[in-house]
Amino acid sequence: MYKNLSIRQKQIVWAWAFLAVPVVFYVVIRFYPTANAMVISFQDWNLLGTREWAGWENYAKLWNDPTFWKVFRNTFVYLILGTPISLVISFFIAYHLDKTRFMHGFIRMLYFLPFMTSAVAMAWVWRWFYQPVPIGLFNNILAQFGIPQIEFLRSTTNALPAILAPAVWAGLGFQIIIFMAGLRAIPQSYYEAARIDGVSKTATLFEITIPLLKPTIVFLVVFSSIGFLRIFDQVFNMTTGDPGGPLNSTKPLVLAIYQSAFTDFDMGYAAAQTVVLFLILLFVSLFQLWIMKDR
Amino acid sequence: MKFTKMKAMAFAAATSAMALVSSAASAVEIEYWQYFFDARVTAMEQLIENFEAANPDITVKMTHFPYADYRTKVAAAIPAGEGPDVVQLFYGWLNDYKAANLIQPLPADSFDADTIDAEFFPMVSAMREGDSYWALPTAVRSLALFYNTRLFDAAGIDGPPETLDEMLEIGAALTQRDGAGNITQAGLTMAMTAQDHHWFREGLVRQFGGEPYLDDYKTVNYNSPEGIEAMEFYIGLGEEGGIGAIGFMDEPQAAFKAGRAGMHIDGSFRIGSLNNTRGLKWGVTELPATGEGMRSNYSSYWVNAITTKAEGEKYDAAVKFMQYVTSDEAMQIWLDVVGELPAKPSVGLTEANANDETFGPFIKGLAYANTTKFVNESAQRQLLVDAVERVKLEGMSVADSIAIAAEAEQKLLDDFYASN
Amino acid sequence: MAAIDDIRASSDTLFKAQVTRKKGDWGQYIRWLILFLGGIAMVMPIIYMLSTSMKWPHEIYDVTLIPNEPHFENYTYVLEDGRFYGWFLNSLIIAVVTTVSAVLFDSLIGYTLCKFRFPGRYIVFIAILSTLMIPTEMLVIPWYLMSQQFGWLDTYWGIMFPGLMTAFGTFLMKQFFETVPDDFIEAARIDGLNELQIWWTVAMPLVRPALAALAIFVFLGNWTAFIWPLIVTNSWDMYTLPVGLSTFADEADVQWELVMTGAAISTIPTLIVFLIFQRFIIRGVVMAGLKG
Repeated sequence: MYKNLSIRQKQIVWAWAFLAVPVVFYVVIRFYPTANAMVISFQDWNLLGTREWAGWENYAKLWNDPTFWKVFRNTFVYLILGTPISLVISFFIAYHLDKTRFMHGFIRMLYFLPFMTSAVAMAWVWRWFYQPVPIGLFNNILAQFGIPQIEFLRSTTNALPAILAPAVWAGLGFQIIIFMAGLRAIPQSYYEAARIDGVSKTATLFEITIPLLKPTIVFLVVFSSIGFLRIFDQVFNMTTGDPGGPLNSTKPLVLAIYQSAFTDFDMGYAAAQTVVLFLILLFVSLFQLWIMKDR
Repeated sequence: MKFTKMKAMAFAAATSAMALVSSAASAVEIEYWQYFFDARVTAMEQLIENFEAANPDITVKMTHFPYADYRTKVAAAIPAGEGPDVVQLFYGWLNDYKAANLIQPLPADSFDADTIDAEFFPMVSAMREGDSYWALPTAVRSLALFYNTRLFDAAGIDGPPETLDEMLEIGAALTQRDGAGNITQAGLTMAMTAQDHHWFREGLVRQFGGEPYLDDYKTVNYNSPEGIEAMEFYIGLGEEGGIGAIGFMDEPQAAFKAGRAGMHIDGSFRIGSLNNTRGLKWGVTELPATGEGMRSNYSSYWVNAITTKAEGEKYDAAVKFMQYVTSDEAMQIWLDVVGELPAKPSVGLTEANANDETFGPFIKGLAYANTTKFVNESAQRQLLVDAVERVKLEGMSVADSIAIAAEAEQKLLDDFYASN
Repeated sequence: MAAIDDIRASSDTLFKAQVTRKKGDWGQYIRWLILFLGGIAMVMPIIYMLSTSMKWPHEIYDVTLIPNEPHFENYTYVLEDGRFYGWFLNSLIIAVVTTVSAVLFDSLIGYTLCKFRFPGRYIVFIAILSTLMIPTEMLVIPWYLMSQQFGWLDTYWGIMFPGLMTAFGTFLMKQFFETVPDDFIEAARIDGLNELQIWWTVAMPLVRPALAALAIFVFLGNWTAFIWPLIVTNSWDMYTLPVGLSTFADEADVQWELVMTGAAISTIPTLIVFLIFQRFIIRGVVMAGLKG
C-alpha cells in the first residue's frame, strides 16, 4: 500500500511517523500540565482533601498578601541588579580579554570554570563565606583588620545581594564567552576604517562595537533575565532554617511557589503564583521578539 | 520439535512465576515511614530486627526522608495506594491526617483505650477519640539545658545554672569577643528556628507569669505584658552585653558541637548526636527556674499510626508491629539509642532512668511540661522567628512585634478550627 | 553548511590572539594583570572549597588557604557510608539518558520540521517553540500530581521524563539542518535509502558539531538540576547529587569541613571533565548560545 503513494504522500507519512512520539510527549508533558496548572489555580486543594472550585479566590488572596508583593519585589530586584551587573562585568572582561594574548586560554579558563559548578554546591560554599565570626571567611578577614563584622545573610538589606553574588559569579563565564564570540564576529575592516579616520577608542567602542553587538546583548539580556527571574537553588540552599531569609527578604517567586505547594500544601495558591511567573516570563520573551524584529 | 520446546519454555516460565507468587505469600512485607534523624533510624532498625526475629513471616521495610519533605511525601503516597502501612507522625498533625483519611483507628481489642489512658503519660490522651486511639507514641520528649563542661571548667564555673539569673551570670562569664567586638564564643546558643520557640511559648512566657494560650490552645494569649516581658528577656540575651547571638555559627547545635557555645537548650533527641561528637564533653540539666523556683517545660511526641492503605494480612501485620513498637521493650531501646523518654511512666520513671545523669533532667522536665497544640508547627514557628527579626533587624518595638505575631497566629488557628 | 563553518571559525578564533601589538605598551601589562587577578578571584571559591575540605575541624576558623596538614579524612568520612557514590551514579544515569534522548529526539524533530513538507508542519513548529515560554516551575505541580497518579514518584523515570525532549534543542537542530543542502538528501533518496536512513546516515553526520553542543548543554542542565529531583524523589537511594548534597549539608549540622567535602565531591568530576575537554566544551557552549 505504501508503495502506491506518491513521493509527497510518502513524505507526509514519514513526517508524522517521526513526529508521533514527540507530539504525544509535548501534549502530555507540556501542554496538558500547562492547562492543568491554570485550572488548579482556580481551585482550592490541599493535596489531601477534595478539589473545590474557588474561582478567583487564589488570585484575590495573592493580591492581598503582603508577602506575595514582597516576593514579587524581590524577584525583580534579583533581575534589576543581576542582569546589568553581570552584563557590564562580563562585557568588560570579554572586551579586554579579547585584546590579550599572553596566557589567553588560561585566563579564559579561570573565568569559565565557575560555570561548570553546580549551584547547590556553590551555594553552600558561599554560605560559609558569609558566616559571622568565627567561621565565615569574609568576616574573619575583616576581623583581622579589626573591622566589625558585617551581617550578610542575617540582614534584611544585605542578604539579597549576598545571595545574588554566587548566581552572578557562576554565570559570568558563559556571558564572557558569548561576548567574545560576538566581538570576534565583527569584521576587522570596520575597525581599520575607524582607525584610518582617526576615531577615538571610546568612540569606536560606542559607535561600532556595541551597536554591532546588539544581537549578542539582546540574547544575553533575555537569557540572564530569565535565569534571575527563576532563581531558586541558591536561595533555597543558603537560607535553609529560615527559608527565604529574615522576614522573607530574599524570597523569590519560585521559592514562594515551592513553599506554597510543598510545605503548606496549598496547591491552588501555588498554581496561581506559577501563572504569575508564566506571565512575567511571557512578557520578557515577547519583549525579546519585539526587539529582535527591529533588527 | 519446535512445539515441545515452546511448551517446555512455557512450563518453565509458569513454574518460576508460581515460585515467585508462593514465596511472596509466605512473607508479608509492610512498609514503615519516618523522617530522617540519625538516631531514630538506628533505633528503628534495631526494633525492626527484633520484631522480625519474633515474627519470621513479616518483614518491615523502612523508608525515611528529610524532615522538611516528610509531610508532603506521606500525603502524596497514601492516596496513590503506595507508601507506608505504619507511619510516624507528629502529634500535632493527627487532625490533618484523620481528616484526609490517611490513617485508621487502632483496633480496640489490641489497644484498649482505658488501659492506654491508665498506662501512658496523660498528654497522650490527645490521640484518643471516643473508645479508640488513633495513634500511639513510643517516646515523648522534653527540653533541657546542655552545657559544655570543658568551657565551664575553663571559666572556673562549678556547676550548671539553677535559675535564669544564674544562667545570665554564667553566660556572661563564658561569652568571649574579639577585638572588633564580635562574639567568638557564646554563653548560650540562640535560634528561634530551632527549639527556642518552644522554650519561649511554654517555658519563658509561663515563667514570666503569662499564659501562652487559652481555650485549649484555640486562643493566642502571649500578647500580654508577661509575654512581652518574656520576649524582651529572650531578645536581650542576644543584645550587646548579652550572652549569645542569633545566627552565631549558623545553627545552634553546630555552635555547641564545635565547642563554641557554653549552653544550649535542646530536646532529648539531641543526646545521640552529641555523644557522637569527638572531643565534646557535656552535661545536661533542667531548664533554669525563675528566682521563685518556678519551672516550665515543653513536651511533645511523635506517634505511630496504621494507614488506610494497610488491608488484609498487611493490616494484621501492621497491628502486630504497632504493638511491638509501643511495648515496654521498644521504649527502653528507644531511650537508650535516641534518648527520647518512654511514653509510659512505668518505664520512664524508673529509679534508674530518673536518676540518670543524662535522662534525669528530661524526665523531671516532663512533670511540669505543657504540650502546645500546634495546627501548623512550621508556620507557627516562622511567626516567632519573624517576631524576633522585626525587633532585631527592623528596630520594631517588642510589643508591636509580638502583637503582629499573635494576630497572625490567631488567624492560623481560627482558619484551622473553622475548617476542621 | 556555511553557518556551521562560520560559527566554528568564530569560536576557533577564540583560541588565538587577535592582533599583535607593539612592545612597551604599559596599558597592555596593566590590562593583563587586572584580568589575571580577576581570574584568580573567580576561582577562589572553588580553591577555598577544596582547601577547607582538607582541613581539620579546628582549622576552619583560619583564613589560611593552605591547610597546615592537608589530609583526606573528611573524604573518607563523607564517602564512608556510600551514599555519595549512589547519588553520583543516579546523576550520571539520569544525565546520560536524558542527554541521549534529547539529542536523538530534538534532532529528529528538527530534521522533520526542516526537511519535510507536510500539512501541520507550521503548527507543530510553533507549538513546540511556544513551550519555550512555559517555565518549568509552572509545570512541577502538575508533573508531581501526574507522577503521584502513575506511580512515578521516586523512580528514575519520574526524575527524567520532563527532560526527554527540549524545545530549545529542537529549535537549535532545526537551524543547523537548514545548512544541510537538500541535494544531498535527494541524492540519498535516489540511491534508495529510506527516510530514517537518510536522517541517520546522511543528515546527522553533517551536523555532528551541533549535536555535541546540544549534548553538552543538556547534560550540564540535567547534572545540576535541583528543583524537580528535589520534589519527585523520596528516598536516599534515588537522590541526585545536588539533592543529596543539599540534605547532607543540612543534616551534617553544618560542620563546614564536611559540607565543603560534599560540595567538592559533587563538583570535582565536572571540573575534571571540563579541564580535559575544555576547547570542545567552550565551542559547544558558543554554538548553542549563538544559535539558540
